[in-house]
Amino acid sequence: MTDASLNSPDASRPAKSLTHEDARTKKRNASERRFRMYGVAAIGTGLFFLLALLTAILSAGLPAFKQAVVEVPFTLTQEEYDEAEKALLKTGVYTEYFITSLSSTMDAEGVEIEFDKKAVERLLGKVGGELRTYYRENEDDLGAPIAFELAAASRVDRYLKGTFTRDDLQAGNRFFMPEDFDLIDAMREAGLVKQVFNWNFITGVDTGVDNPGGAGIGASVLGSFFMMLVVLVLSLPIGVAASIYLEEFAPKNRFTDFIEVNIANLAAVPSIVFGILGLAVFIQFAHLPQSAPLVGGLVLTLMTLPTIIISTRASLKAVPPSIRDAALGVGASKMQAVFHHVLPLAAPGILTGTIIGLAQALGETAPLLLIGMVGFVARYPETFVEGFFEPNSAVPAQIYNWAARSDAVFTEKAWGGIIVLLLFLITMNTIAVILRRRFERRW
Amino acid sequence: MNDMRSLERDVDTNDVKIAAKGVQVFYGDNHAIKDVDVQIDDKTVTAFIGPSGCGKSTFLRCINRMNDTIDVCRVTGDIHIDGEDIYDPRVDPVQLRAKVGMVFQKPNPFPKSIYDNVAYGPRIHGLAKNKAELDEIVENSLRRGAIWDEVKDRLDAPGTGLSGGQQQRLCIARAVATEPEVLLMDEPCSALDPIATAQVEELIDELRQSYSVVIVTHSMQQAARVSQKTAFFHLGNLVEYGETGQIFTNPVDPRTESYITGRIG
Repeated sequence: MTDASLNSPDASRPAKSLTHEDARTKKRNASERRFRMYGVAAIGTGLFFLLALLTAILSAGLPAFKQAVVEVPFTLTQEEYDEAEKALLKTGVYTEYFITSLSSTMDAEGVEIEFDKKAVERLLGKVGGELRTYYRENEDDLGAPIAFELAAASRVDRYLKGTFTRDDLQAGNRFFMPEDFDLIDAMREAGLVKQVFNWNFITGVDTGVDNPGGAGIGASVLGSFFMMLVVLVLSLPIGVAASIYLEEFAPKNRFTDFIEVNIANLAAVPSIVFGILGLAVFIQFAHLPQSAPLVGGLVLTLMTLPTIIISTRASLKAVPPSIRDAALGVGASKMQAVFHHVLPLAAPGILTGTIIGLAQALGETAPLLLIGMVGFVARYPETFVEGFFEPNSAVPAQIYNWAARSDAVFTEKAWGGIIVLLLFLITMNTIAVILRRRFERRW
Repeated sequence: MNDMRSLERDVDTNDVKIAAKGVQVFYGDNHAIKDVDVQIDDKTVTAFIGPSGCGKSTFLRCINRMNDTIDVCRVTGDIHIDGEDIYDPRVDPVQLRAKVGMVFQKPNPFPKSIYDNVAYGPRIHGLAKNKAELDEIVENSLRRGAIWDEVKDRLDAPGTGLSGGQQQRLCIARAVATEPEVLLMDEPCSALDPIATAQVEELIDELRQSYSVVIVTHSMQQAARVSQKTAFFHLGNLVEYGETGQIFTNPVDPRTESYITGRIG
């Protein structure tokens, strides 16, 4: 007699129909349904927050990419040019010409308004100077009709975008008078006001508080670019070499275990710690230039290395040992097996890890604050080498800087900067995904 | 197939290719191979049989020092190939493995083209002076692997896209491309269907003309069909070693008899 016969079905138990759910099955099914609902709810909550975040960022940041311009048709004859160049206040004469042209254009559109030179300069900046510079450089255009696009001052911009109203204007503001609103409305009525893409925001440099509208993110994008170059050039070879050694060649003993634990711990060290380390080691000890993208890159390399090492080791581990056996079996040396077979198979994973590490480094702000990369940087580096050594900012630091300023225009720029940063991050992650898809091989 | 036909099979030569003496293998504290002495003949198929975990694969991997890649593995004793001690500190395992090819249990082609799979060994050992010579080696190896006709039109196709049996024959072609003198096969047919198995077995019989083949197998029928000599391993001991016909018909040790009649293992 076997044990199985002890468990034979009890004859007294009532027969059950398969089409009828018993209590246990009902309970199980209900718990599964509940679990699915939790999952859907979790994903829904996540999506909701993501959507809210994106809406907030886009609605606050997109205006930074738009710039109001006033387009005025303008013709300057040779005689007028000669006369203006002879005058004592040359730009003043140009401004007069412009005002005449603007008035007649508005009259032609049937809009009547009185305004003075000061009001024009408050709204459109130093118009006379701009005109003079243009004609001195393009004498051929004398006598021909030109449509001048003049960037509107930031308050005009904000008034047109609806973030600055007549009620917001405080009495005694020398930069903006109540009657200026009427002039803008009049120009808008005459169809002179246009919204164009604000290239200056992409290519420009940071500006002072007197010209918030002119501030651009270009220089800090370049700063980030040079830092990323340093990070890539240093962390990829060092990280990959370290992982290959640890994973394929190093003996497994206490010392390598110790290193392994430390690499895992380093990945979790707060970034500000790396910042203060960089300040102490690279700037105070090694006397590298402060605020330089080179130092920023070195600090971010320290931060990125553990990420790259961990992901590289994971992708090396994922290569099946049978491939190593196959290579060794035909008489390849250990190094040949690694470089000819294991590394190419691990490459997509390594690339993904590297790009994600770089993306992380790109968005890092805290260590940059400590090595002084949040300064006011109003110029581009002149040469490639200067790009590494001259003080510069980085995109996240620039955003932080703008957000800390009081003028609402800078706040808008900060949101715009966030969009630029997110675009870079999304691009990098997309590249990572594409590389992964493309080079992933099955075995 | 008639297993008894191995009875009439005679052994061509009796030159000793591999001589193992007092081989012990430890995996950490686990004593995997206990004092094995065996002499494997040239131009002969030798089968290692025995229940799972008896050490036959481990012993096979000692012959081309693949066990070196396992950190905790320790091998003592002597293994001589052509009179040379392969565990001599001066021996480079890389050179040894060029001389002692290996085919693994699971087909493991490189995720490269069929051509590159076969050409890899000759390339790293510098066996071909130019492309034409390499082409010739690849063709010859694929012919010896009995797979040439099936793949000659798609040498650029990935080796991993072939069927299991084709992959295993590709791996055999890859192993013979480096012109080894000994071919070790670790259960080469365990992942194959009977038709592919028959093809591989036929191939093994042909390879006997030029190599000393050592095959580990779980199938006693296969051992009887392809080998001239058989070694029976049990719990890390080499229990019995002799002519295949004699092992299967008239084993000396009672454990061998129990195993081949299906009472243990």
